Amino acid sequence: MNPHRRHPFIFSSAILVYIFLYAPIIVLILFSFNASRANITFEGFIPTFSERTVMEGSVVKASPCGPFHWFCELAKDDDVIEAAGNTLTIAFISTLISTIIGTMAALALQRYEFKLKPFSQLSLYIPIVIPEIVMGIGILTLFSQLFGVINNGLGLSGDSRLSMGISTVIVSHIAFSVPFVTLVVQARLQGFDKSYEEAAMDLGANEWTTFRRVTFPMILPGVLSGGLLAFTLSLDDFVITFFTNGPGSTTLPIYVYGLLRRIITPQVNALSTVWILTIFSAVLLLQWVQSREAKH
Amino acid sequence: MLKRLRENKSAQGTLLASPTLLWMIGLLIIPLILTLIVSFGKRSPDGDVIYSFSLDNYIRLFGYSTDCDAGQTSCFDPLYLQILWRSLTLAFNSTVWVILLAYPLAYFIARAHPKRRNTFLFMVLIPLWTNFVIRVYAWMMLLRTQGVINLILGWIAGLFNLPFTPLEMLYTPGAVLVGMVYEFLPFMILPIYTSLEKIDNSLYEAAADLGANGIKTFLRVTLPLSMPGVVAGTILVFIPVMGTFIVSDILGGRQVILVGNLIQRQFLDARDPTFGSAASLILMVMTLIVTYFYTRKFGFGEEIVVA
Repeated sequence: MNPHRRHPFIFSSAILVYIFLYAPIIVLILFSFNASRANITFEGFIPTFSERTVMEGSVVKASPCGPFHWFCELAKDDDVIEAAGNTLTIAFISTLISTIIGTMAALALQRYEFKLKPFSQLSLYIPIVIPEIVMGIGILTLFSQLFGVINNGLGLSGDSRLSMGISTVIVSHIAFSVPFVTLVVQARLQGFDKSYEEAAMDLGANEWTTFRRVTFPMILPGVLSGGLLAFTLSLDDFVITFFTNGPGSTTLPIYVYGLLRRIITPQVNALSTVWILTIFSAVLLLQWVQSREAKH
Repeated sequence: MLKRLRENKSAQGTLLASPTLLWMIGLLIIPLILTLIVSFGKRSPDGDVIYSFSLDNYIRLFGYSTDCDAGQTSCFDPLYLQILWRSLTLAFNSTVWVILLAYPLAYFIARAHPKRRNTFLFMVLIPLWTNFVIRVYAWMMLLRTQGVINLILGWIAGLFNLPFTPLEMLYTPGAVLVGMVYEFLPFMILPIYTSLEKIDNSLYEAAADLGANGIKTFLRVTLPLSMPGVVAGTILVFIPVMGTFIVSDILGGRQVILVGNLIQRQFLDARDPTFGSAASLILMVMTLIVTYFYTRKFGFGEEIVVA
């Protein structure tokens, strides 16, 4: 029996599920080239280039960027640029901090015995078993009550009053990323024998050297995939950001959500296309780097 | 002091874990306790919280009004119970559909040639990397009356000279179900794949040698051994579906109100954080009860971490 033979039922349902997964994305990308501003039906591509944008009703007839009209509009939109900047800043900082402290926690949970260990381990499962909105409103309540007490207690006024912003979003993103980093690094540590570290210690290496020369290289793939997971979780997050952001800390998902409740031009599709292509090329690059490393 | 720390393994462990522990206590446990406290409070006229110990919010959630007129025959209003029930059934239906769609694909990938498995798996992940909100928007474009699906259906009807009236699909419970299934499908495919891939080929050979046909092999070997994946996937799908409010907001219009929408509106539009907190705790208790009984029956798969 050939283990890789294709059962027709399995094969055809797999194809159908792939179509289900990709059809919406293909439509989304196609519509970012839509000539129609109303963006309800596809009115064809924008046919020609011109000095200035030419509209006929709600259909774009010509544009300085030709078919890429909506991408140029996107690049001119200051709100989008700001939101993109916020999204990346939040993702980078929260990934960096959660990867470092998550790795530390994984080491503690896997290599040390301490009183709070069972409690720490259990607390990591909270974000998995509790809906995100519960966490979101909990954190919102915490910050608003805390800031209220501090602002009134210290008599702060005007701009010096504490309020929701980019730092509350970062702190909250770390909260939901850390457990995932810790669990991924822990899974990696589990696969390794403690004897490597013990051998290094027997040969006279101190704890720091052992960590740097033995433990860290071993867990590095786990740390990297934990970090990547934290980064994608942060980029993708809507719910927690929705409840913890403030003026000036709008991220791209929040921005898109705001647009969906108003008029939607193909500019939203252009934004989605740029988003998809960016993430896709970043992942391909990462895979390429990893496969190169594997060869060395 | 440093020397003492160097010798005390327990203190070292605590120190290493302390930043994470700080975050877990400060941003998960304290907020949950705060939510509980607020849920017993009352709303002040300007939307602030008056701390008290009142069960009014919970009584209201379960359908009884506290300021009900003496003349009224019945103060029972099942509005919020209906919302809770709707969320629960939608989460159940979505999970069933997700399993039905994810299983064949996961099986296909696990049985594919090892060289191609990673590519197929990668293809499952790509849609997941597009943003959650963007994916909901994509379905809005597909489902609306002049949208792509109706366009294709109209075209097919035209081929056979059949009359065609565009279907009203957006802003219906069906649209919300499709959106949920689409959003969370990859979270089921990955754990099922992980457990299917672990099954040793020799088990299939043994089943074939013992005379089992394809269906029997599937029911007696494949399905039981892939259950940890299905259990992990169910947890990863059911819980978020219970709490999500964007899908119902965008694809359900104002027609399909779920617990998530109820909570969100209490915090933003209606400005009653005390009632929103009570609803949020009920949501949490509901998911914990379902997860508890479900995992007690089927076990808690380690696949949840792998995914």
